[in-house]
Amino acid sequence: MVRPSENGPWLGESGQDSDVVVSTRVRLARNIDGVPFVNKATDADRNEIVGMVRRTPLFAADAGELDWVEVDELDGCDRRKLVERHLISRQFADSEASRGVGISRDESLSVMVNEEDHLRIQTLGTGLMLHEAHDRIATINRELESHLDFAFNPRWGFLTACPTNVGCGVRFSVMLHLPGLRITEELDRVRRAAKDLNLAVRGFHGEGSESTGDFFQISNQVTLGVSEQDLLETFAGDIVPRLVDYERSARQLLLDKRIRNLEDRVHRAHGILASARMLEANETINLLSRVRLGVSLGILKTPSVREVHRLLLHVQPAHVSAITNAPLEDNEASRVARAGMVRGIFGG
Amino acid sequence: MHKCDLCDKPAVLNELIREKDDQWRQIHLCEDHARAYGYPGSGEIKSEDLAEASGKVKKRTTGRRKRLASCDACGLTLASFRRHGLLGCSECYHAFEAHLEPLIGRAQAGATHHCGHVPDQKDAHIDRRLNRMRLLKELNDAVSTEQYERAARIRDELHSLEECGPEDSGETSAEAEKEQADHGSAQ
Repeated sequence: MVRPSENGPWLGESGQDSDVVVSTRVRLARNIDGVPFVNKATDADRNEIVGMVRRTPLFAADAGELDWVEVDELDGCDRRKLVERHLISRQFADSEASRGVGISRDESLSVMVNEEDHLRIQTLGTGLMLHEAHDRIATINRELESHLDFAFNPRWGFLTACPTNVGCGVRFSVMLHLPGLRITEELDRVRRAAKDLNLAVRGFHGEGSESTGDFFQISNQVTLGVSEQDLLETFAGDIVPRLVDYERSARQLLLDKRIRNLEDRVHRAHGILASARMLEANETINLLSRVRLGVSLGILKTPSVREVHRLLLHVQPAHVSAITNAPLEDNEASRVARAGMVRGIFGG
Repeated sequence: MHKCDLCDKPAVLNELIREKDDQWRQIHLCEDHARAYGYPGSGEIKSEDLAEASGKVKKRTTGRRKRLASCDACGLTLASFRRHGLLGCSECYHAFEAHLEPLIGRAQAGATHHCGHVPDQKDAHIDRRLNRMRLLKELNDAVSTEQYERAARIRDELHSLEECGPEDSGETSAEAEKEQADHGSAQ
């Protein structure tokens, strides 16, 4: 069922600081007042929540921005595809209660209903675009507020099932590509700095995932005692630019001092991707990461960043499974199909 | 159904007790033993007997009995919250406030009050005023009982609250201080 758009907005081609910032996400957590949180809600409560959300203009049949997807009606492959496209969380895909997600046609906006909180609203975009993403989610939030009473307490702010998410309930997040910092062995220093700044550092697939291909999701952890605007200004105006500068300095150091080593890494990765007959998903993402670095630094002329991004999405298990009609698990057929898809772009 | 820790009868009392080392332990008692150990009176549980009778439980120090907090609105118990980390409804924030304060403070870099977007400005202004009144009262209580560290923390919260947005009533900080002084003299 997943939409025809090839990449989704989080893996577009360009955007501010897109040599380092792959994508931007802003997420809001909200609960409807007077209804138990999802983990204590009955089936009737959950159905009521779905009904209340779907009656808002966002889901209006004629002019609504979002199409409703009943997650229970999806097979395992389609659920996983939505996870790989960053439209729903793994936890949401795997839970069994009544739930659904509203997705905009360009996949830049999604609203999960009955995840950990009644609503998890997120906007996605390419490169660094935190202000735009925040403006949009603030508009969506205001629209929802005019139709739904959100659980709010003057002391704690917007109430969430997990008490550590209270306050404004907003999570600013960027996916950064940090191969330079890893090669120069500066990542631990960045992690320590991030911890000091109360930032969460996660892997390619978000919470609970490992870093793959030197892609890291960085997000704020503090949501209380600070306004959305102040959070945004600090995150977009100070923290992310600083991390981008660190990565660029590391890349420049590699160009200045270790160019042969760098070229070797990049061309080896390109060679494997152009020639391999079987590729495992994480292995492919790691190799694509090196190619992305090479393209960003002008070491490689092809493929384009857009093509690299397209592959980063489509080499993931559920996307490969959808093409090959093979089972979702990693096996010879999926590896062969993945390698074939990659060679199609790399011309091997 | 659990058996009594002291005999084979069915347990009618499932209670969490907190021991001296702050560890929580679940006990199960039948009706007779619950009565024998003073429940729901204020006597202390004889944990040596518990351990001996069950034959499985390590010898423990005498624990202070503590009723398990729960949320009247959704029924969530504190033990369940501690196990899963999730609250059951908005009212849980009141029911477990004493437990949530330190937890949220640690997760939120010491912040104790919301100061971002509010769903309805008018209500929020009223709430902010009530909040400030509450803090002023707490500040005076802390000062009058010579809890100066607590007083400093409350004063910080007051400053933080005032920085969050314009006052609904148009009062200035000086007026707020006067209000504080009035509260003090009233005690």
